[in-house]
Amino acid sequence: MTINYLGSISANDLPATFTKFFVEPVSVGFPSPANDYLESPIDLNQYLIKNGAATFLVRVSGDSMLDANIADQAILIVDRSLKPKHGSIVVASLDGDFVCKRLQLKPRLCLRPENSKYKPIYIQHGQDLDIMGTVTAAINKFE
Amino acid sequence: MKLLALVDCDNFYASCERVFRPDLKKTPIVVLSNNDGCVIARSKEAKVMGIKMGVPWFQVKKKYLAQGGKVFSSNFPLYGDLSKRVMNILHGMVKRIEIYSIDEAFLDLQHIQNTNQAHEFGVYCRNTIRQWVGIPVRIGIAPTKTLTKVASHIAKNVNGGTGVCCLSNQKDISHILKTLPIREIWGVGHNLSRQLNQLGIYSAYELVQMDTRFIRKNFSVVLERTVRELRGESCIQIDDHSEPKKQIIVSRSFRSRIENLSTLKPLISNFAVRAGEKLRQEKQKCSQVSVFISTSRFNKQLQYRGFDSFQLPCPVDDTRSILMGANKVLNTIFRKGYPYAKAGILLNQFSHPAFIQKSLFAATDQQHLKQDANLMQTIDGLNGTQTQVYYASQYPTGLLPIQKEMVSPKYTTNWWELPTTK
Repeated sequence: MTINYLGSISANDLPATFTKFFVEPVSVGFPSPANDYLESPIDLNQYLIKNGAATFLVRVSGDSMLDANIADQAILIVDRSLKPKHGSIVVASLDGDFVCKRLQLKPRLCLRPENSKYKPIYIQHGQDLDIMGTVTAAINKFE
Repeated sequence: MKLLALVDCDNFYASCERVFRPDLKKTPIVVLSNNDGCVIARSKEAKVMGIKMGVPWFQVKKKYLAQGGKVFSSNFPLYGDLSKRVMNILHGMVKRIEIYSIDEAFLDLQHIQNTNQAHEFGVYCRNTIRQWVGIPVRIGIAPTKTLTKVASHIAKNVNGGTGVCCLSNQKDISHILKTLPIREIWGVGHNLSRQLNQLGIYSAYELVQMDTRFIRKNFSVVLERTVRELRGESCIQIDDHSEPKKQIIVSRSFRSRIENLSTLKPLISNFAVRAGEKLRQEKQKCSQVSVFISTSRFNKQLQYRGFDSFQLPCPVDDTRSILMGANKVLNTIFRKGYPYAKAGILLNQFSHPAFIQKSLFAATDQQHLKQDANLMQTIDGLNGTQTQVYYASQYPTGLLPIQKEMVSPKYTTNWWELPTTK
């Protein structure tokens, strides 16, 4: 396993808005040599969200997607602008309730959990299914 | 041909409530004003049930709920967020856009050559907003703003249509204006349409046939402009830079009637404090503070409306001056023995802080002004956190304990209220 060190993040919460910090009025001492090299701190919004207008956050309740690394209480990044494909993880509304499952289009339309404790949900004729959007990421917090 | 588009969200607040409630896809929905007073938005199904716009909730509540309707208190954080998303999408599609209200925007379709393209653009725009945000919109396309309103009106009423209406050739426009009553025209109010009816003018087509000089002389240049716009001559431009506000109003209806000055005063102070915060956010200073109080319009026996203004010696943005003015006005307009149902404060006569006419008598000592500004900044800063600073004349409860019993979660703006999977 390799670990890439991307940089440090000071805020505790996710997608925090980071304040740009300029060290402009220098009254005493030697000006910071970093002044000319200021870059924006790493922004998780930028990493996680491609299309802000179409992206919604959804909280997971339950462990039915545990094998897809989506734990109970994870926050899902849901992009409504991406067309869901066979195999996409989606948030769908099934008979009025939101569920997070893997979408299976063939051989039969089905919402598949990622945990052997749960059974796949085959969509019956007359059941009301709407795909709200495609899950592009999940955030599990450990502390 | 130059074309404009009006994008108008269908029953916006009701549609917002549906985005995270797929179970309510076909249920009638109404949304109530602050304090759950009146109906301010209705889904299509609620309109069909005969619920009128602005009707007091208590009058229709029983019957509406018995018929299976669903009701929500207003959830402006949600509506504001979804509106911003819709506007951002539109911003990405055209160069010039005027955000006309929370649920309407005018677009300049300068990149579009012909009617077919315009219609295609309308369908694309509508599908995108529907897919990305979940809000249904209708789109009216025409050569002038007033005609886009007409087109949007048609897009709404054509059943089973695409929700897009493009009005560009003169023959279609004339045909539609013949069937359009003048009261449906943008900018023609109730009184004006009655006056025009007296002249024998009922349809938009009849209005368009009139001599513009006659209209200007007997009515106004505004109506003349409307007529020209209906003829396809563009008179009202797309305004893509918003004007600074010219007045600030903070007002509320009360849950129960208030008769005592001692109860009313702290509420007015709360309004004054909120208005002061808004004023500083706008970076304006005001010279006039007005207060109004009124009884309920449903109480026919005891009716009173009080309104007066206080002129400040020089423009201010200091809450303490606004409070002083507001309390003076309240003392003069208050009448004993009336059950007050509504009150509010209005700040106006704004001037830009950089061009302040100094008063001969008021303290304009720079040192003091700076200290006052710092104080306000500190209080605004604190009130934006958990700590709250109150002025002595306020109720320490926030603006007004608003009754919102049926408010939906702030799905998009609060970590603890996100939609949850089952």
